[in-house]
Amino acid sequence: MKLYDLTAHEIRDMLRKKEVSCREVTENILDRIAKVEPYISSYITINDEGTLSMADNIDKLIKNGEDLGDLAGIPMALKDNICTDGILTTCGSKMLQNFVPPYNATCVERLYNEKSILIGKTNMDEFAMGSSTENSAFKPTRNPWDLSRVPGGSSGGSAASVAAGEAFFALGSDTGGSIRQPAALCGLVGLKPTYGMVSRYGLVSYASSLDQIGTLTKDVEDCALVMNVIAGYDFRDSTSVSGVALDYKEALIQDVKGLKIGIPREYFYEDIDIDIKKAVYEGVKVLCDMGAEYEEMSLPYTEYNLATYFIIASSECSSNLARYDGIRYGYRASECKNLNDVLIKSRSEGFGEEVKRRIMAGTYSLSFGYYDEYYKRALKVRTLIKNDFAKAFEKYDVLITPTSPHVAFKFNEKTRDPLMMYKSDICTVGINIAGLPAISICCGFKNHLPIGLQIIGRHFDEKTILRVAYTFEQNTKYHKKRAVI
Amino acid sequence: MSIDIKTIDYIANLARLEFDNKDKEKIVNQLKSILKYMDKLKEVEIDGVEPTLNGIETKNVFRDDVIKPSLDRESILMNASEKKNWCFSVPRVVE
Amino acid sequence: MSYKTIIGLEIHVELKTNTKIFCSCPAEFGGEENTKCCPVCLGLPGSLPVINKKVIEFAIRAGLALNCNINERSRMDRKNYFYPDLPKAYQISQYEIPLCKEGYIEIETENGSKKIRIRRIHIEEDTGKSIHLEDGISLLDYNRSGVPLIEIVTEPDMNSSKEVHSFLENLKSILEYIDISDCKMEQGSLRCDININVKNKDKNIETNIVELKNLNSFKAAVRAIDYEEKRHIDLLEHNRNTDKETRRWNDIENKTMKMRSKENIEDYRYFPDPDLVYVVVDRKWIDKVRKELPELPREKVERFKRYYNLSEYNARILASSKNIAKFFEDTCNEVENSKLVSNWIITEVLRRIKEEGIEIDKMKINHKDFASLMRFIMNKTISNSMAKKIFREMIITGKAPQEIIEERGLKQITDNETINGIIQEVLKSNSKSIEDYRNGKKKALGFLIGQVMKETGGEADPQIVNKLIKEALS
Ligand SMILES: [Mg+2]
Ligand SMILES: [Zn+2]
Repeated sequence: MKLYDLTAHEIRDMLRKKEVSCREVTENILDRIAKVEPYISSYITINDEGTLSMADNIDKLIKNGEDLGDLAGIPMALKDNICTDGILTTCGSKMLQNFVPPYNATCVERLYNEKSILIGKTNMDEFAMGSSTENSAFKPTRNPWDLSRVPGGSSGGSAASVAAGEAFFALGSDTGGSIRQPAALCGLVGLKPTYGMVSRYGLVSYASSLDQIGTLTKDVEDCALVMNVIAGYDFRDSTSVSGVALDYKEALIQDVKGLKIGIPREYFYEDIDIDIKKAVYEGVKVLCDMGAEYEEMSLPYTEYNLATYFIIASSECSSNLARYDGIRYGYRASECKNLNDVLIKSRSEGFGEEVKRRIMAGTYSLSFGYYDEYYKRALKVRTLIKNDFAKAFEKYDVLITPTSPHVAFKFNEKTRDPLMMYKSDICTVGINIAGLPAISICCGFKNHLPIGLQIIGRHFDEKTILRVAYTFEQNTKYHKKRAVI
Repeated sequence: MSIDIKTIDYIANLARLEFDNKDKEKIVNQLKSILKYMDKLKEVEIDGVEPTLNGIETKNVFRDDVIKPSLDRESILMNASEKKNWCFSVPRVVE
Repeated sequence: MSYKTIIGLEIHVELKTNTKIFCSCPAEFGGEENTKCCPVCLGLPGSLPVINKKVIEFAIRAGLALNCNINERSRMDRKNYFYPDLPKAYQISQYEIPLCKEGYIEIETENGSKKIRIRRIHIEEDTGKSIHLEDGISLLDYNRSGVPLIEIVTEPDMNSSKEVHSFLENLKSILEYIDISDCKMEQGSLRCDININVKNKDKNIETNIVELKNLNSFKAAVRAIDYEEKRHIDLLEHNRNTDKETRRWNDIENKTMKMRSKENIEDYRYFPDPDLVYVVVDRKWIDKVRKELPELPREKVERFKRYYNLSEYNARILASSKNIAKFFEDTCNEVENSKLVSNWIITEVLRRIKEEGIEIDKMKINHKDFASLMRFIMNKTISNSMAKKIFREMIITGKAPQEIIEERGLKQITDNETINGIIQEVLKSNSKSIEDYRNGKKKALGFLIGQVMKETGGEADPQIVNKLIKEALS
């Protein structure tokens, strides 16, 4: 097996046993990038400067017998909406095509302290708005499993980079499914942690009350290792949750005996591909064979998830994206006669179509006379959706649903009708609305394209969903399969 | 609810965006169909329901009143497209 | 015709915390442009705000001092509008639920004391600064971006510029007492916007409310109100109305000028800031702040009346500023004659510092030297009028009274023999006055005493002169 096909924990073991050097691992990844990147386009920026000398440095530390973390010396990728000091952070937008942050996001700081090696910044739907990475201002990213198909989005570049062996793990951001859906479409493990588990400081905001940084990895064990580094309280993020001490590695046990699984009916309606429904039920059966029990149940407000999500997300984004005015940073239109020109022309030329559409929708729902009807109403329905989940978790330990209603789709298949694209997130947005943790794992294939199964847990109960996912993985082989490029 | 060109002009001005006439037609139609879908929420009975502002709602997260270093001046201004005398520069602000 | 002017105020007060409201950059005034900024106060992508706890405490202090109720649960909202000095294109403020509500300040009017109600006090962030250049460009400096503010909104309870002036004086004094702001209008740490209209009570019609801005002193506020009042009444007299607009006070031309129309209400799209969490202020916290609250002006007046046996009028003057009150009390700790000290401060000290245009704490002399001056008066080393001369010199040179007395030999003449000698001289050359006195003209005595004081250069003890001259004439 090629090095780039291995998992982060396998590389860690080899580094520790000195079966391979960090330089070899890093070179292997850079070679892989040189070979497949022309086909995949995972990256917006490749960080090759100083990467190998950093690898050498880690080799020295290993040689000196230093006590290093699990992810030391492991090449990784970051979604391009996570701020990196001195390294371009574009958010996939013309607006920020030259933006170099003077600071690191908290999760970046933590990964640097861990001595992980940043390989590059990955492509994404502009400002994380989209489900296919087709909204990137720069280029589309291709799905490593089928180059004629999308990798999902908005963290499509992150997912593709890991699935194509261009990084061992990647961080993404998930506002309505932007980690889990591409994880599903690229056959990876994608975790959206509980709201507040991972600091948002340095994550360029799309919708502050829904955004959460999470992981894209090849298996559940890697997910736990990355979470160990990035999760935890940060004083720079007021919504970060304090006082939860964690070692996610403790969740890596095979044990689902007596576990109660709820299967919400509403997530299996006609919009969902029948083969996906089948694969998910097969997956549940694997867990039941290991001692879990399942029951079909109902989350009655599910049909309002997407509308609620869209109103909240677009309202918040209309305000979060108002700061891009061409003055302090970002694109400034040329030949502006006056100040208003600077604002209007810079914004109209700098933002892409989907971003402008959501800014318009959000501005509308916050504007005079419509606030109560849209934004405020959505916040109230949010309460009802949240209560639905809370009630379910009185009875069930986890809920299991499909992650995506369909496998990876063809380019331009859904770009004509925005609503059709929005519906890609139909199984994932509810979790963001309620602030819950959820993980997507691979539970099968349809025509060689991966199928995602979503496990939803209680607030702060990442450990249970990791344990369930781990147990599933130990009894199946889907996670061992790699895309062939 | 009715979205027309006038509404689009009003909203676009609030958002400091502009669209040419062709795009305006398009966005009217798109917003119409999106909002029609969003109007689904109007069937929900929300009397007496408290709004939820965030995924996890907490309270009283504060910082101590202690000065920490600011950015250096070069970093503050490094991303500005136009600057002068250590300031960001724009066409004259008229009041 | 009888007109009634209706005035409400919106006052922005910069708080004197060490750091800004949502980041750890210094909040102090001044410094080179764009040196006190970080990702948060520049609104860089990805940055997030965290509230400075001191800001909440200062705002609660203000709320308690202005007799407000503190909302147990409040939160921050975003006020969305585009302006280059507002880096996020929204100001984090409080809209639906302010931290404090329903308070009042009492002011003195010709018809006794009057309560001016305060509608709300909320916290928010200040904006950066635009510097306008001649060549058609504006420069932006974000050092002030994120400096903490409280906004105090009154009910329209004031009816004249005089009432507004006295409200502002009281407010400033209270804010200084509780030590939360420098209250310097010229540096913008106290800013006042005025909403004004005029009602014709006979016809039951009124003008549209006009907002006045750019008032950089209390005096400007008074003049702007007087100007507007006239303008409104004039329009009513001609059956016309004011435009709904914001007007700017022009201090040089002494008039208000249209700034922008308020015909279309601005659509700020307020909504709760999802980057921040609820602020919950429980009883315990309020009690703690209350306990730490210093004595307020009204409480001080009552204590001064009781403890120093002062009149309401004198007590109010002495308590009108924290520093005047402190100077008074510090002096009284040194000398036991609060009456003398209070009279001296109210007349001499306040007059001189007004002449010099300085604040009492910027005087060259300290309370210890002032106290010894008082002691020289009390033990009759010097006369009251000599003391005034000495004080004038103290203010200018900062010298101790002892030093001035020694330098100039300014001791009071209390020696009977010396004084009698001078009296004899005076009587010799004023026989007409002696005659007048003996004929019952009491005024003549005063004249003679005055002559003796003049001869001694004011250094004779007037009481001794009085006694001895009467003896000489009897
Ligand atoms: Mg304000
Ligand atoms: Zn700052």
